[in-house]
Amino acid sequence: MREIDRRSKYDRRMFLKGAAATAPAVAIATSTGLGITDAWADDAKTLSPAQMKTLLKMARDIYPHDFLGDSYYITAVKPWDDKAAKDPALKALISDGVARLDQEANDRHKVPYVQVAWENDRVALLQKIEPSAFFQKIRGDLVVSLYNQKEVWPRFGYEGSSAEHGGYIKRGFADIDWLPKA
Amino acid sequence: MAKFDLNDSGVVVIVGSGAGGGTLGNELAQKGVKVVILEAGPRIENQDFINDEWDSFSQLAWSDMRTTSGSWRVAHDFPSVPAWIVKAVGGSTVHWAGASLRFDEHEFKIKSAYGGIPGANLIDWPITLAEMEPWYAKAEDKMGVTRTNGIPGLPGNNNFKVMEAGARKLGYKEVHTGRMAINSEPRDGRGSCQQIGFCFQGCKSGAKWSTLYTEIPKGEATGNLEVRPGSMVIKIEHDQSGKVTGVVYADASGAMQRQKARVVAVAGNSIESPRLLLNSASSMFPDGLANSSGQVGRNYMRHMTGSVYATFEKSVHMYRGTTMAGIIRDEARNDPKRGFVGGYEMETLSLGLPFMAAFLNPGAWGRSFTSAMEGYPRMAGMWLVGEDMPQETNRVTLDPKIKDKFGMPVASVHFDDHPNDVAMRDHAYKQGAAVYEAVGATVTYPTPPYPSTHNMGTNRMSEKPRDGVCNKFGQTHDIKNLFISDGSQFTSGAACNPTLTIVSLAIRQADHIAGAMQRKEI
Repeated sequence: MREIDRRSKYDRRMFLKGAAATAPAVAIATSTGLGITDAWADDAKTLSPAQMKTLLKMARDIYPHDFLGDSYYITAVKPWDDKAAKDPALKALISDGVARLDQEANDRHKVPYVQVAWENDRVALLQKIEPSAFFQKIRGDLVVSLYNQKEVWPRFGYEGSSAEHGGYIKRGFADIDWLPKA
Repeated sequence: MAKFDLNDSGVVVIVGSGAGGGTLGNELAQKGVKVVILEAGPRIENQDFINDEWDSFSQLAWSDMRTTSGSWRVAHDFPSVPAWIVKAVGGSTVHWAGASLRFDEHEFKIKSAYGGIPGANLIDWPITLAEMEPWYAKAEDKMGVTRTNGIPGLPGNNNFKVMEAGARKLGYKEVHTGRMAINSEPRDGRGSCQQIGFCFQGCKSGAKWSTLYTEIPKGEATGNLEVRPGSMVIKIEHDQSGKVTGVVYADASGAMQRQKARVVAVAGNSIESPRLLLNSASSMFPDGLANSSGQVGRNYMRHMTGSVYATFEKSVHMYRGTTMAGIIRDEARNDPKRGFVGGYEMETLSLGLPFMAAFLNPGAWGRSFTSAMEGYPRMAGMWLVGEDMPQETNRVTLDPKIKDKFGMPVASVHFDDHPNDVAMRDHAYKQGAAVYEAVGATVTYPTPPYPSTHNMGTNRMSEKPRDGVCNKFGQTHDIKNLFISDGSQFTSGAACNPTLTIVSLAIRQADHIAGAMQRKEI
């Protein structure tokens, strides 16, 4: 069978303060060899860096895929900053939602959400706020903004658009080789 | 290409250009009848289709506001998207899977076959399979359905091979790559299937039959058919004698136009068609056009559906190749011993990663969900599609509050599963899982229904005017020059995919309309 190369072309994708907004942060980061820092969150204009980092942690906890680096989740959460700038109601929803989540974390663990050490404990906090409009908005957006990234698809063994490659008629539409004889 | 005057009262106006409207338009044009098709959506040719699920959804799907209610899970998960259908020239034949099956004999007479089912509003169709057979044959030839007319079946893809191997182990007998209106070899000026996948996103190669590039250009070539894209019909008008006289529609610029007509045929899919009749209420017809029975909008059917996805130890890559070229038909029979009447088909189905995330278990999150997603390349999938019970209370009505941009009330879709639907789904989930477990599935996922792709029954045919909206030719009982030409005329839904029957009825209806026009009956 023709298997998919799951190695990421984006493993070394990194985010530098200030660069992402205008230019190929990826290229710069790759060429300088720097690792991912928290700088990406400092680019946020409407939401605070702390709120952005909470959203990132939430994103990882809602859809945890350990083989995906933070860069994919950052790509998924960053648009909320722009959206919040254009939509005061969304800004309030996120700000209030993050505050409540931190409150729940503080009540139970004496630290804000991002500092709760175990995923299971953070998931329990998310379950408490699951019915809220905040959680539903975050989850509903994420299921698209994470899984609809073309860079994510090969990591899951999905090949995306096929017509320009002539379809699969010569590329393994019927190449399964492990089934018992019918 | 024809261009007819707005004041030409000799034309047949067809609302919608899909399986019903597009076919009817071409058939009438071939017979020399002048036809104007008003299509709400744009004309998008197949080279412009997109192999990307969300981008394609934005390009093709009917996303105008609708509301929902009822206990079906779609109302909870996708409250403004009760149906996944297309707003473009070609209608839902742009995104349909191509499965083209005939009804069984008993499925035309469900009242006789099933008897009294509490809560269900059963009647027999006013036509029989024997009457439909010649029309089915014409439709299969027109559409180039595989395994008919000497056309070979499509080759099976990986997803089919998994299903087939499991089905054989379970002892199922009728298992093959389907009767598909997708060319397995070049035919009718179109090439053969390139196994692209993305059948639901519009077939870029044109191997799959769609009215967009078969019926419509053929009709246009006669000089008798004009298609006006971007034309949303708002209201059907009538005179003092109660005959319809034309339609008011918003053109592509949003300006209101009035097209006169000798005959109006409604083919806007089972949600928009009853909406249009209801929105056309007048002092003479206060409950909407053709609604003396009170049945307009009622008996909404959307098929018992569900999916089973299964994960294996090794790769499947189910998304490669024709999406639905694979079927197990053994459960399609009516065998009440299983605990329900009617039957269901099991058909191969795959989703790309983005739609799998959205539809595998809507709303789910956390490790159980992401573990399932990580099995994606090792997944096989099938769709379960079976007959659902018509119920009077499953219904398309006008939303009391929400209006569209033209000020017309939007459609509100109410649906509750009938106990028979639930029993059938439970059975189908078990059998679907068993098929995959027979060949080593490590996990199976009983996946809930998607927004409805098969919408049927809301202007149903009936022998007696009090039981339904139209007669055996789709002609409304109340208004002789008003016709129903889409799946909304279905009296029952049957187990199988509806398009072949819609097309067959449209061919038959064209014969009837042309004859009646010639005889000056309409």
